[in-house]
Amino acid sequence: MIAYIIRRALYAIPILIGVNLLTFMLFFVVNSPEEVARLHLGDKYTTQEQVEAWKQEHGYDKPLLYNPEAAGLDSLTDTIFYTKSVRLFVFDFGNSDSGRNIGHDIRQRMWPSLAIAVPSLILGLLLNATLALMLAFFRASYLDVGGVVLCVILMSISSLFYIIGGQYLVGKLLQLVPISGYDTGFEAAKFLILPVIISVIYGIGSGTRWYRTLFLEEISKDYVRTARAKGLSEQWVLFRHVLRNALIPILTGVVVILPLLFMGSLITESFFGIPGLGSYTIDAIQRQDFSIVRAMVFLGTVLYILGLLLTDISYTLADPRIRLR
Amino acid sequence: MWVVLLTDFFLYLLLAGVALYVGFVLRTPHLRHAWRSVMTRRGGAVSVVALGFFAAIAILDSLHFHPRLEQPGAQVEYSNEILSVFDVLAGPLRTQVERTYSAPFAYHAHSKETRETPQGRIRVYPRLEYAGAHLADPEQERGWDITVRVLRGALLGAGVWGLLLLGVRLTRRLRGARPRAEGEAAIPWRSVAVTVLLILMLIGIVTQLAGAYHVFGTDKVGEDVLYQTLKSIRTGVLIGTLTTLIMLPFAIALGITAGYYRGWVDDVIQYIYITLNSIPGVLLIAAAILSLHVYLNAHADEYASLAERADLRLLFLCMILGLTSWTGLCRLLRGESLKLREHEYIQAAVAFGVSGPRILMRHILPNVMHIVLITVVLDFSGLVLAEAVLSYVDIGVDPSMNSWGNMINSARLEMSREPPVWWSLTASFVFMFALVLFANLLSDAVRDAFDPRVKR
Amino acid sequence: MNSIHFITNPTPVRFIRRCGLSRLWGSVAALVLLAGCGDSWNDPRGENLGSGSVLYASFSDRPQFMDPARSYTTTSYSFIQQIYEPPLAYHYLKRPYELMPLSAARMPEVLYLDGQGNELPPGVPAEEAAYTEYQVEIKPGILYQPHPALARREDGSYRYHDLAEADLESVNALADFTQTGSRELVAEDFVYQIKRLADPRRHCPIAGIIAEYVEGFAEFQAHIQNTEGVPMDLRGLSMSGVESLSRYRYRVRLKGTYPQFIYWLAMPFFAPMPWEADVFHEQPGMAQRNLTLHWYPIGTGPYMLTENNPNLRMVLERNPNFRGQPYPEEGEPGDEGQGYLDDRGRTMPFIDRAVFSLEKESIPRWSKFLQGYYDLSGIGSDSFDQAIEYGGGGEVGLTDAMEEKGIVLRTAVDLTVFYMGFNMLDPVVGGYGERSRLLRRAISIAVDYEENISIFTNGRGIPAQGPLPPQIFGVREGEAGINPYVYRWEDGKAVRRSIEEARELMRRAGYQNGIDQETGKPLVLYFEAVGAGPDAKASLNWLRKQFAKLDIQLVIRATDYNRFRAKMRKGTGQIFQWGWHADYPDPENFLFLLYGPNAQVDTNGPNSANYKNPEYDALFSQMKNIPNGERRQQIIDRMMEILRRDAPWSWGFHPVSYILSHQWVHNNKPTTMSYNTLKYRRIDTESRAAALQEWNRPTVWPIWAGLGVLVLLILPALIGFLRRERERGR
Repeated sequence: MIAYIIRRALYAIPILIGVNLLTFMLFFVVNSPEEVARLHLGDKYTTQEQVEAWKQEHGYDKPLLYNPEAAGLDSLTDTIFYTKSVRLFVFDFGNSDSGRNIGHDIRQRMWPSLAIAVPSLILGLLLNATLALMLAFFRASYLDVGGVVLCVILMSISSLFYIIGGQYLVGKLLQLVPISGYDTGFEAAKFLILPVIISVIYGIGSGTRWYRTLFLEEISKDYVRTARAKGLSEQWVLFRHVLRNALIPILTGVVVILPLLFMGSLITESFFGIPGLGSYTIDAIQRQDFSIVRAMVFLGTVLYILGLLLTDISYTLADPRIRLR
Repeated sequence: MWVVLLTDFFLYLLLAGVALYVGFVLRTPHLRHAWRSVMTRRGGAVSVVALGFFAAIAILDSLHFHPRLEQPGAQVEYSNEILSVFDVLAGPLRTQVERTYSAPFAYHAHSKETRETPQGRIRVYPRLEYAGAHLADPEQERGWDITVRVLRGALLGAGVWGLLLLGVRLTRRLRGARPRAEGEAAIPWRSVAVTVLLILMLIGIVTQLAGAYHVFGTDKVGEDVLYQTLKSIRTGVLIGTLTTLIMLPFAIALGITAGYYRGWVDDVIQYIYITLNSIPGVLLIAAAILSLHVYLNAHADEYASLAERADLRLLFLCMILGLTSWTGLCRLLRGESLKLREHEYIQAAVAFGVSGPRILMRHILPNVMHIVLITVVLDFSGLVLAEAVLSYVDIGVDPSMNSWGNMINSARLEMSREPPVWWSLTASFVFMFALVLFANLLSDAVRDAFDPRVKR
Repeated sequence: MNSIHFITNPTPVRFIRRCGLSRLWGSVAALVLLAGCGDSWNDPRGENLGSGSVLYASFSDRPQFMDPARSYTTTSYSFIQQIYEPPLAYHYLKRPYELMPLSAARMPEVLYLDGQGNELPPGVPAEEAAYTEYQVEIKPGILYQPHPALARREDGSYRYHDLAEADLESVNALADFTQTGSRELVAEDFVYQIKRLADPRRHCPIAGIIAEYVEGFAEFQAHIQNTEGVPMDLRGLSMSGVESLSRYRYRVRLKGTYPQFIYWLAMPFFAPMPWEADVFHEQPGMAQRNLTLHWYPIGTGPYMLTENNPNLRMVLERNPNFRGQPYPEEGEPGDEGQGYLDDRGRTMPFIDRAVFSLEKESIPRWSKFLQGYYDLSGIGSDSFDQAIEYGGGGEVGLTDAMEEKGIVLRTAVDLTVFYMGFNMLDPVVGGYGERSRLLRRAISIAVDYEENISIFTNGRGIPAQGPLPPQIFGVREGEAGINPYVYRWEDGKAVRRSIEEARELMRRAGYQNGIDQETGKPLVLYFEAVGAGPDAKASLNWLRKQFAKLDIQLVIRATDYNRFRAKMRKGTGQIFQWGWHADYPDPENFLFLLYGPNAQVDTNGPNSANYKNPEYDALFSQMKNIPNGERRQQIIDRMMEILRRDAPWSWGFHPVSYILSHQWVHNNKPTTMSYNTLKYRRIDTESRAAALQEWNRPTVWPIWAGLGVLVLLILPALIGFLRRERERGR
């Protein structure tokens, strides 16, 4: 197990380098350092000397990937790519192009993201499992058929409608919660109600339908029939056997996305004005702040690989027959 | 003068592919059986009909040409503008452009204007130029006029339907009904007929109303919102289909190769898709759109018209969406072929010295096709929904292109007007919802029919 | 300073008032219970933002830099102009804009010198001066806001100027430094700031233009550039043209004359900066904690930034050391009736604290304003025009619903021009021949900016007759002021010429019905669009409609802003739209946008149309250096005629800026030149509280109804199930 984890961690290094290189190329195919500098210096009265000074200060005055003038190894290391990448691997993200410390911002902004993602995940999980269990319980009745149709309908609505509609109805017409915004500490609770509810409702359709399939698959298995034949009540069978066994695929599915919760939700955060990492990323893309973009991509990759690793581990915990090699 | 845009070309390619596939299905018993079982489900049958309607509009909207310019000289000149057959059919919808916002079925503008009258300046709602212009006293006559038109349209639709039904009945009687095979379920013809009736009646009503009113109102610059939503169908359908079309070859080839060969091939392919998957899709798409700008700047002359530029961007978007979404399918196929290669018949083929590529083509590929089919149908609705979100982040289709995403995006401002302009949002919601709902219903039916794991 | 709560540093123990706690649970349980001690649950304002007179507003872009040497955006100006005080400022009420002393004791004395530095004898015209000297005397006794950089130990040494890395370990925000200090403002601080402008490491955006004029500035820049290891604290270096003459007096010497320089003295670039701030913030470890001058301004103004979280909100609080300032005694005619003079002579500021929340999306921002949670229509770009009705006849009013709520609308013409430019280097639309000139004029008539204004800005704009917005010297009123090539004067107002006239121009240019008569091909023009935002689609469609009136096919090349600017620098665009916001209210600041030597392709200057007309250029050089008067007016008239005839721009429009505020906000005069407006405003907190109570009553019944429906749905199935169970059990 330990050996496996170490091997995986080592495997992550080429992936991180690849991702980093790709991000770098994608960004600089479309933006020369010159343009980045002009974007940050503004429109009026900008002179070429100022552009050069900016590039020098922010380390954009070197060649991008390969420095033909330098000798030996320096031809690869004395470049924008190398100087800007190395420190990422020790999680030192440096300063953004507009001069703010990225690590500081990330540490500050991950909490709002988590404050939305974690309750949404837990509530969604509980609600979907309950509803799916209910549908499985009343299978083949009007509730089941109606429920499945409702799920499909819920799935067919764009997330934008949920957000626009939710804000309009709950925030503007009924005036139950603030329309958007955020605060620190306990004050945040009232701002979180609406986004959490909306993301839970958005997930009901696909979640419930999937869990229902899992439950039904489990119900049709032999041991459940045996249990029922023994005269155990329906509730007992559902809770003791079906739920317990179906939980394994559900939980392993959850484990994959756990680390990515940090990254926040792009659309929800920007619509509700929540200062999380999702809106941080989207802002950076729109302002073309390369340093932030690459930091977020790097972080996202690390978390993604972590998620894959956790899934593998959770499989072994759920099913002792699986061995990690 | 006909033109074939790039996306048109791919759409024709796709249609040809679908035609080939249909022919193949008809000749292959087990596929035929599976598809028949799709059609025996009410949801499946109804959604095939409804999706056919959407597809028809998309195809009509993909037959493009340069209109001829009216000029006295002998020389024939073509406009730089590109229209489609659908634009011609839509006629008044396209040309009857008001000045600015007006509500559905309104005969006056959405906001008041000041008029100079002999009595002084008064604030009135100005009458619209086209909608309700035929009414002398709109306040009194409008309700009746609309009722008459709706009834007439419905009757017209029902009439066409009746003729159609009669035709089908007659041909069946003449050819003689084929006896149903043992154990074969009946196709719910009644539901199909009702769906067709509803669609025809809807078309009838809309054609009756569209010339005289703006059924879904008009947008900020007075364009008919119904026309925009109908045009958006092509965008939605193309994003949903072309994206998968483009990603399929890569996903299939890499997926089954990785699963079959294992070893370093597997390692390399896995490395590629994990790397690609780790980069947030938004970033990839934003970068692709930006590099498209660079490309278009360098080749400004080759893409002389607005439609061509927008079209290239749409294709680019499909490609990059394909790139971000192929990894899922690739992984599924890899897993499946890992399992398949252990099967005895493949081991036997290996023992007989059949070459690797041949095994992949002859034995593995046909056995994973059901996964491909299910994924394609499942992805469709997700992609249509994704388009809207991308437009919201300004990295969707070209802003000049009609798409639901663009409509929702502008609705952000409209909803905060006072009183709110709700019709663009509603129209795009209704059409998008219908398309996605039918696609979801179809994908359910397809999965039930093709996925061996789903117990029926 | 320790009473102020800094949000960037979450304090370990959080004080929640009783009401706050119950309110919190009220909102958590809002969906289940009807509880909570306040009856509005949707209050987005923070609980612990304190009592007193608090103003709530929003901002849509995070301010990028707040260092006055770097800051040059509207968003950051709306913060730092409350904090930093340059020597001069614009009068709050008077129009046309008028300068008045702010931290200066009186208006600067201007001396015209010859090459030897001696004053010119009387009678010699000012234009002949080799140098101009501005001597500024500042008010004595002005104090800086409390700030740790100024804190001293008992022995007089600075408390926080020799920090080690370890001292900063528990520090996250400026508030974590427990001690603060202050000191008197001296002339040397102004000199110090000008030196900072010259430091290339500060990236001052206007350094280029200042270097052209200020004596010794360029040499100073070069010295720092070429010398290794110049400390950030620039006290050791001197600039020949700028020095302090006494504790309260300094001088700036310019090369030649530059009458517009006085306006720069009203911008934050020339605000004082204590050297202690640089020494403090340049210590190692500060930048890693975002403790820089970009985020923590230090000034002498009425407010100081006490909470700085650009991701969430910014809070300005009254500077306890502020000297106090009287509200203006006089304004322009009509101000009395609008209530702008009700507070005359009272000591400002009136508001204790201003809370600005980040609000990116327009729907929530607008809804919160309607609910009364924002007092003003935000700062920076916003979409508050939805409340305004445009009559088509030129007048702008509030919709009935807004009137009912007592919302107040105030408008003023912005010193900005949004124009549609033609690239004069383009073979089709450019050039100075008759053919392209007629084409440009035809397009200028066809593109109906009156309609554009009514559709896209709800009437908040006036069509431009030339580059100069109203209220700038040189603009003529009435018939003399219209652009005769595009407008006719009818019944006392300007009427756009008809589309037939434009088509006639097209015919004369050889493009009858949009067909090039020489080649027989249809005329296709290209528009360089920066396509983004929800309105992009509509506005581009609109533009195509305008060109279609002349049978011109317009192809829109949408691209991003970077690409657009690169294209403009290379001069490869054809038709484009751009805007210019004035730095100061002088015609020079607009007319130089078409000055030949400023052509963008040659010098990367602001003349984006690359318009070059020798006669115009000569007139410009004359006009630039003479004071407002009859002679200047005549030159400007001549320049305008040249421009209108050549039509290098389709003149576009001047946006009207506006303030939408609730009835409880007073002294809200819109200004477009100055941003230091917070101190003038006053809030009637009682009437606000009453309105908020009334406007925000939660509606709970739909929740109960929803729950009821759910129960009704489940109940039959449950009953059925129970019956089955009973039967099985039997």
